[in-house]
Amino acid sequence: MNFGFSEEQELQRAEVRKYLDEQCPMAVVRGISESVEGYSAEQWKQLGELGWLGLIVPEEYGGAGLGWIDLVAMLEETGRSLFPSPLISNTLAAAALIESGNAEQRRRWLPGLADGTCIGTLALVEGSDDPTVRGIGLRAEPDADGFVLSGEKRFVADAGSADLFIVAFRTGDAEEDCALAVVEADASGVSTNAVASIDETKRTGTLVLDGVQVERAAVLGEAGSGAATIERLVDLGAIAVSAEIVGAADGALELTVQYAKDRVQFGSPIGRYQGVKHPLAEAYVDIVSTKSLLYYAAWAVDKHPEQIASAAAQVKGFATDAFTQLGVTGIQLHGAVGYTQEYDIQLYLRRSKWARPMFGDEDFHFDRVATMGGI
Amino acid sequence: MDFDFSAEEEAFRAEVQEFLAENLPAPEARGPEFAAEWNQKLAEKRWIGFAWPREEGGGGAGLIEQFILKQEMAKVQAPPLGSDFMGLAWVGPALIRHGTDEQKQRFLPDLLESRTLWCTGYSEPDHGSDLASLKTRAVLEGDEYVVNGQKIWTTSAHFAKWIFMLVRTESESRYGGITCLLIPMDSPGIEVQPILSLVGQHSFNQVFFNDVRVPVGNRLGAEGEGWKVVMGALANERSGISEATDMERRLEDLKEVARGARKNGRPALEDSSVRRQIARFEAKISAMRLNGLRALTKQLQGNPPSTETSVNKLIRGQLEIPMHDLALGLQGSESQHANQWTEQSLTFHGTVIGGGTPNIQRNIISERILKLPKD
Ligand SMILES: Cc1cc2nc3c(=O)[nH]c(=O)nc-3n(C[C@H](O)[C@H](O)[C@H](O)COP(=O)(O)OP(=O)(O)OC[C@H]3O[C@@H](n4cnc5c(N)ncnc54)[C@H](O)[C@@H]3O)c2cc1C
Repeated sequence: MNFGFSEEQELQRAEVRKYLDEQCPMAVVRGISESVEGYSAEQWKQLGELGWLGLIVPEEYGGAGLGWIDLVAMLEETGRSLFPSPLISNTLAAAALIESGNAEQRRRWLPGLADGTCIGTLALVEGSDDPTVRGIGLRAEPDADGFVLSGEKRFVADAGSADLFIVAFRTGDAEEDCALAVVEADASGVSTNAVASIDETKRTGTLVLDGVQVERAAVLGEAGSGAATIERLVDLGAIAVSAEIVGAADGALELTVQYAKDRVQFGSPIGRYQGVKHPLAEAYVDIVSTKSLLYYAAWAVDKHPEQIASAAAQVKGFATDAFTQLGVTGIQLHGAVGYTQEYDIQLYLRRSKWARPMFGDEDFHFDRVATMGGI
Repeated sequence: MDFDFSAEEEAFRAEVQEFLAENLPAPEARGPEFAAEWNQKLAEKRWIGFAWPREEGGGGAGLIEQFILKQEMAKVQAPPLGSDFMGLAWVGPALIRHGTDEQKQRFLPDLLESRTLWCTGYSEPDHGSDLASLKTRAVLEGDEYVVNGQKIWTTSAHFAKWIFMLVRTESESRYGGITCLLIPMDSPGIEVQPILSLVGQHSFNQVFFNDVRVPVGNRLGAEGEGWKVVMGALANERSGISEATDMERRLEDLKEVARGARKNGRPALEDSSVRRQIARFEAKISAMRLNGLRALTKQLQGNPPSTETSVNKLIRGQLEIPMHDLALGLQGSESQHANQWTEQSLTFHGTVIGGGTPNIQRNIISERILKLPKD
């Protein structure tokens, strides 16, 4: 038993940190977030070469073959930098293939997701109130070659940059009659509409499917048995987003602590006053705690799948509460400069608001914690 | 990162469980002889002082084994390991770290065999949170210190045999003028007066020192090193306060209350706000347990407990009072009656203050961890 990171893992984290500090400081983040694409194709290529896009992809499919514990450490760092990229989306698309793709499907799509030549994302729900299978209404019409899909998927992260969508659809009336299929962006009848995001370092859009033909070979697992995989993907998504939340919260805390050391009022740095320092101490306690829950959840993915659901619900609920509070605290403790476009703290506030509903908000997850906890 | 226990550790857990099943009678079957017999059995197993070095009479066990032992004991609400709570939790470790060989031989065996009982004399009427300004004086005369002054809130002083004391040996230097003395409570010149706590119990006292003569050989650490000794002792006290197993049990009790309760004419568990409050407690308790395990990993790497113990001490404060308030809220008018919950809901207001108030923990975190200026 050991609840720390190994030396190798620390080195890997430091390498990610160094890359982001050098290649993607906040000025670059802002530049990228103003672009149409919302990410840098050049950086994406570099990440592919560094092996970070396929961190959890098995080596035989061109990935690094590492675990979720390694992944969350990397996502903490990308979160800290507000790194604008489809990294989480791409990783979750890979996770869907790893979870339920057959050997042929993995061979066909995983290497591209791992080396950066193809960007993937999940397209699960249509409504805004329910991230579970209940939120899937898209009906598939069976035909000779497989299925035909017509409808819209909303809240698709990185819809505009994706080359490949993991689309959830309904195959019957029962709640669990669902399936997942790979739909490529250049297939006939596929288009996307961008939607302005509250956090321009994160992109979102609507996927429009107009009579899209899905061949049988693109359906992951048995048609009609996708519900468990979809639930698993929601949990994995919640864990991945929580990892970026922890990192971003740490970044926001660091910025605010620094500001509290520098800003002088009433003849002394404001960080000397308890009305300032105590909320920061509380934020620190929340961040330490979220990290603990996060590492446990990642370890559950790697070693104890039966504990994923409860660990994911605890960490996403807790992380959302903590980051929401820190978003408020961070701006307030900056005073009026916190309300300017120029200061970076507002970018973290935006991120907190973006992250909140991702793969379930705090109400959704705490309701699950209650149910799983036997009440 | 591995939250699993090794096969050896699991085997030890099974041994503890087996021992408890065989040797721990139900609370109502515990006679007057029970405590002595129980401590004797634990001493034979060397489970008292389990992680102390063997050459000091301890069990020489690792911190993980000690954690498992405490966890299993707490689960079944076994009485504490050894009857001398403070002696074992912080006086013993301080002796092992700072004591002379002569002192170790003199005090440790009595501690391990529950022949003694220690109390702790830090707080004074005018020096509580601001402990380092304490005034009780000790003046060296030949090979004896002469102690004059007053301590307060001294838990167990009315039956303790020894007091683990902080005195001032020099007035110029705030921290460097503090020294730690070990004083027999039956020394001439010591007078103990009871203070009744809010729940009407006699648990703490005022202790007066009037020309109390203490041999120089009863000084722990060098003169002027008392602050160093006590920082380690306080970290041990706070990390003890922060063990989560106890809270896990209380959470189960709270769920039981909720299952039986009604709110606004409906089962309380149909009320989302009740469910979410309990779920938030559950996530926070998980975080507390995992924070403790991560801190343990640092200790295993050779870093003694320090400022990080303030994190869980604060969390415990955030849990205890609100959890009991919810339990009372669920009882409606019944909460006006004196019962287990209503009594405990009062007791915990003291636990939160003992060992340092929440504000003091926030100061420690913001000043020593976040490095904000001191107030
Ligand atoms: C049940 C119980 C058992 C105890 N047992 C022992 C014992 O065995 N031995 C022993 O030595 N002591 C013991 N204590 C004393 C305990 O350690 C002190 O009560 C505690 O450290 C606070 O000191 P105080 O009571 O003098 O409060 P004060 O220091 O006067 O504090 C009063 C209030 O002011 C706040 N405050 C003080 N300074 C600051 C600051 N700088 N910034 C912000 N807020 C501040 C505090 O947080 C608190 O809310 C016990 C206390 C309790 C309740």
